[in-house]
Amino acid sequence: MGSRLAAAVVVAVIALAIAGCGESSSSADEQRPTRIVSLSPSATETLFAIGAGGQVIAVDEESDHPAGVPRTDLSSYQPNVEAIVGYEPDLVVLPASVPRDVPAGLRRVGLRVLRTPAPANLDDAYAQMRQLGRVTGHAEAGEELAERTEARVERLIVGAPSGHGLDFFHELDPDLFSTGTKSFIGRIYQRLGLENVAEPAARRAGTPYPQLSSEAVVAADPDLIVLADTECCDQSPAKVMRRPGWQRVTAVDDGAVVAIDDDVASRWGPRIPVFVAKVVEAMQLARAAEVGS
Amino acid sequence: MTAGSLSWRWLAAGVGALLAALLAGLAVGPAGIPPSALFEGRLSPLQEAVLWELRAPRVLLGALVGATLATAGAAYQAVFRNPLADPYLLGAAAGAGLGATVAIVYAGFVPLPLAAFAGATGAVAGAYLLGRSVGDGRGTATLILAGVAMAAFLTALQTLLLQQNTENVRAIYSWLLGRLSTSGWHEVGLVAPYAAVSIAVVLAYRRLLDVLRVGDQEAVALGVRVGRLRLLVIGAATLGTAAAVAASGLIGFVGIIIPHAVRLLAGSSFRVVLPLSMLFGAAFLVLADVVARTVLSPAELPIGVVTACIGAPFFVLVLRTSREAAA
Repeated sequence: MGSRLAAAVVVAVIALAIAGCGESSSSADEQRPTRIVSLSPSATETLFAIGAGGQVIAVDEESDHPAGVPRTDLSSYQPNVEAIVGYEPDLVVLPASVPRDVPAGLRRVGLRVLRTPAPANLDDAYAQMRQLGRVTGHAEAGEELAERTEARVERLIVGAPSGHGLDFFHELDPDLFSTGTKSFIGRIYQRLGLENVAEPAARRAGTPYPQLSSEAVVAADPDLIVLADTECCDQSPAKVMRRPGWQRVTAVDDGAVVAIDDDVASRWGPRIPVFVAKVVEAMQLARAAEVGS
Repeated sequence: MTAGSLSWRWLAAGVGALLAALLAGLAVGPAGIPPSALFEGRLSPLQEAVLWELRAPRVLLGALVGATLATAGAAYQAVFRNPLADPYLLGAAAGAGLGATVAIVYAGFVPLPLAAFAGATGAVAGAYLLGRSVGDGRGTATLILAGVAMAAFLTALQTLLLQQNTENVRAIYSWLLGRLSTSGWHEVGLVAPYAAVSIAVVLAYRRLLDVLRVGDQEAVALGVRVGRLRLLVIGAATLGTAAAVAASGLIGFVGIIIPHAVRLLAGSSFRVVLPLSMLFGAAFLVLADVVARTVLSPAELPIGVVTACIGAPFFVLVLRTSREAAA
């Protein structure tokens, strides 16, 4: 008798739990956003890659990938709360760099806000893909994108030549701003085993984005140079070759200077492997020159 | 020796300061070339390249820009009889800023130095014509106000353009703070002719500028063609300033503190202030650049930050010592 009662209680609890699950999943469906505004170019790329693109009604002026995103004149730099509210979104994806009053203002009018900080490393970037999947009702696709991206990146890292003893310079603009090891981009180079010529400057200046001089770069003599200022500032390997004093830099002499789309080199979305592949290409050029000489 | 003429002692001090600054500029840098190797000429090919292709033009450009901005500042203070005048008074900085922003935003459309130069000269010419059209013969006040209006308007346009192209913020910001860190002989060649003409014209009029100190009407009575003098000196100073900012961005403070420091220490005649401003302006900017590349070495500090950071306290010090000396 007692045991039958216990069994009945267990069954009832399980039934309730199942019912509860059903309820919560149906409420999640209700919460599944259908009018997303994304002000983060990285998040925009991820949203479209996980099949949430159809739910996105507006993106900021710098979200330009993939083709056909609903680009507007919304600013990701200094967003206007009223302009965002005007789209009547049910989810606003913001970069962490926006002023604090923006998410506060959006929440005050009852909007759901997701802040997407710049990741510290690759794992953070994959976690953000999963998170964007979960909040948009594409948890599985988010998981798949994260796994696929990680697998491609790991394959590239395994297939890359040894970075041991190779110095690189990552150029953010022609005024020679670069990035140290503590940035997301810096961590990727670190995974490839490369030495960062901007790291001493980053440490000394206490910023992940230090500015170097021509003299500092030439004296550090990097083995490979990655130009991430091709779109913004029209830089190219040929132009680097013409800079005074740079002909003596090993990377320039060896032809191990590669150009990459600034956006690919600064976003943490589905195109991370494109960036990694480009760096690996530069490493191969540097190693090939070593063998040749 | 007549009062107001330049003493040999001060001239020697100016030349000495400049030479010392140039040597320091050549000797110090992140490449860490030991001074002994430098003076004995024992340099590796890489060190030689660093020294002659990178460091020497950087030092020389700093000297040219410093000399030009300080002389232009003194010239502006002379023609406006206004101690707060600086080379950017009539909108040169705002115009250059707009020009540079346009060049950066529409990369490849127009070279940045040309755009900045055109912006600076265009702004000052515009301010001059505007000032003349509304207040011909009413002295310098209308001209200054026209310059203020022009600067405000162009700065607003520049900010608007910047806001619409936020991906270029860093590049524009770094230009606005001034830079010598990526300069080569090409930039030196661009600036040198304008700097030479600008400084030569301003120095040639140093006696007439002294006469102008007594006032417009008095100067006219003494036979000075004041309007023509003002136009010529503003034109020459602006030409030099435009070339300087075109190559190195907006470096502030040099044009105002150097002439004042010289005036407080060596005398207020423009026959003293103009040539000494040239020498000490050059020395100051070269040393400021040494600080810019040393403090966070191998990282760079924007030169504009350095000129303001060491310029302001230095100026207060000069002000205090000269007051104490006078008391």
